[in-house]
Amino acid sequence: MPKITKKQKMIVGTVLVVISFILKETLSYAPITIVFMLATTLVAGVSIFKNAFEALKYKILGIDALVSIAVIGALFIGEYWEGAAVTYLFMIGDYLESRTIEKTRSSIKALLNLAPDIARVIRDGEEVLVDPEDVLKGETIIVKPGEKISVDGTVIEGSAYVNQAAITGESLPINAFGDREVFSGTILESGYLKIRADKVGDDTTFARILEMVEEAQDKKAKTQKFLEKFSRYYTPGIIVLAILLYVFTRDLVLSLTLLVIACPGALVISTPVSIVAGIGNGAKHGVLIKGGEIMEKLGQVKVLAFDKTGTLTIGKPVVTEVVSITADENEILRIAAIGESYSEHPIGRAIINHAKMTLGEIKGELKDASIITGQGIKADIEGEIYLLGNRKLFIENGYDLSEVEDILQREENKGQTAILIGLNMKIMGIIAIADKVRDDAKVLIKNLRNLGIKKIVMLTGDNKRVAKAISEELGIDEFYAELLPEDKVRVILQLQEEFGKAAMVGDGVNDAPALASAELGIAIGGAGKDVAMETADVVLMSEDLSKLSHAIGLSRGTVRNMKQNIYFAIGVAVLLLMGVLVKTVNLSFGMLVHEMSVLLVIINAVRLLNYGEKTKSRA
Amino acid sequence: MKKTYQLDTLTCPSCTMKLEGMLKKTEGVEEFEVFFNTSKIKLEFDETKIDSETIKNKINRLGFEVLKEK
Repeated sequence: MPKITKKQKMIVGTVLVVISFILKETLSYAPITIVFMLATTLVAGVSIFKNAFEALKYKILGIDALVSIAVIGALFIGEYWEGAAVTYLFMIGDYLESRTIEKTRSSIKALLNLAPDIARVIRDGEEVLVDPEDVLKGETIIVKPGEKISVDGTVIEGSAYVNQAAITGESLPINAFGDREVFSGTILESGYLKIRADKVGDDTTFARILEMVEEAQDKKAKTQKFLEKFSRYYTPGIIVLAILLYVFTRDLVLSLTLLVIACPGALVISTPVSIVAGIGNGAKHGVLIKGGEIMEKLGQVKVLAFDKTGTLTIGKPVVTEVVSITADENEILRIAAIGESYSEHPIGRAIINHAKMTLGEIKGELKDASIITGQGIKADIEGEIYLLGNRKLFIENGYDLSEVEDILQREENKGQTAILIGLNMKIMGIIAIADKVRDDAKVLIKNLRNLGIKKIVMLTGDNKRVAKAISEELGIDEFYAELLPEDKVRVILQLQEEFGKAAMVGDGVNDAPALASAELGIAIGGAGKDVAMETADVVLMSEDLSKLSHAIGLSRGTVRNMKQNIYFAIGVAVLLLMGVLVKTVNLSFGMLVHEMSVLLVIINAVRLLNYGEKTKSRA
Repeated sequence: MKKTYQLDTLTCPSCTMKLEGMLKKTEGVEEFEVFFNTSKIKLEFDETKIDSETIKNKINRLGFEVLKEK
């Protein structure tokens, strides 16, 4: 059988329907008119009848069955024009719908196109071009300007500007050089990189995002499941109703019209198109929303619980102030850096980094050191025993802290951790260390309130004073301090019980259990963090906090869009039904309105694809 | 054997119902999933009972074109 494309059928159908119409207007129902009308019905209708018949074999009554019955009935009673018009409208509607539906799925297609297609790998000292799937872990690849990075890896040589939009949705390129992590699917804009492949093929972050986005689209929303169940009984129900209508009124045209206008097309499509457009928009902006149900939940969330470290703060403590008491600042720093030189503690690293930055090379040697857990370090430097640590360490060693108590409290009330340095029962100085609050955290909290989030809380393992300082700075409603990871789970469950839909926002490092047990877990900075990507329901690829407001705004927009579609579809159906009953709506007009309503629903969903484009330029 | 078929755009959720109904009644098809939004079918079948061509024909007869298989 020669293949006739949809497009060819459309053209032939259109020509036939136009001729039929002209003939009808000029010659009225002459035999030639009827021939053309039947031809139109045949061209446009054959596939509808065939589909309906095939589906019937599997005991499924679809929309095409309704249309088929209506058309056959119309021909039976001599309404040839109605038959031709209905089949033609159905065909053209179907064609336009598939074209516009494609549009709602376009952002996901665009994402697919970003997949790397070739890799330049070094084998036996030579550059060879291979399929990215064939690169082995540990191999070295080379990336030149304009090329896509084809693996997740670590930079071993070179420096370059890399556009990570495919992963993070961020269009500003980042600078990649020694030891930096780079991702597959990102584009090297300028420069040159040699990369060691750490993850290849399906294991790369990009491949996993693609897979998750693909799956997410078909994880149905609750509303959608309901509508599908509904339509399963609805279609046979309508047929029964049409028969009853005929039995009571003996009006075949009326019951046939009912069949056509009762097609639930717009209603069943209303939810999936909105959801897919919403998920697509998210994917484009580096926000992975794992399915329709999650989209709905996110759209209704009222309470947000943030993990502090790494989420509201950068997660890397830095030295913010050095207070000199008996020694000068440089000496305090030098001693502290030497004392901490074997420490792996983030606070120790912060001191060393700061000392290196201000002093350059650190002169001096650590002879011996003993670590007192939870307190600090006793360090033997140049024959003197120095103490470095918190209050507890100094009190236990008999120091008098009354003179520095004011400074200590002042720092702690600012949300800083204070480290004391002492020698021979005298405090030399204090180093204040803080995990800096992210620059965009304050704006985020404000935006979230504007989006209708009622309550924002912070969870942290830090002490109360620090937690209080930060939550006051950011304008957070409530904080829960000194929590262990399992306590976070408890708090989130409690919040859910008290306020309903609560979401947990974390970076997935020490809050993974809370992310998993929350009704809705949102991970930030998910790119490259496997656990976070798996456990969270919503993953923000980059560390950019504004993506969270985007995600929440988008989900609310999607839910709104869905509702508009549902109300619109029901509204149209009710109007049509009334029109049929008072006999102002005939068969072909009913079909026209029905197809238009389906198209409008899809077009409404397409609008979601542009969500956030305007606000982006303002941010 | 596992296969993924990429179909041309599925426009109505009732299309997925048709496909699901057909696959459910097709002997040899053990597990399947029809993805409406991606217009894909992922399935697993017993090669001794049915082959990929037969499944594709069945899909075709319901009015869906198989664009790609994997």
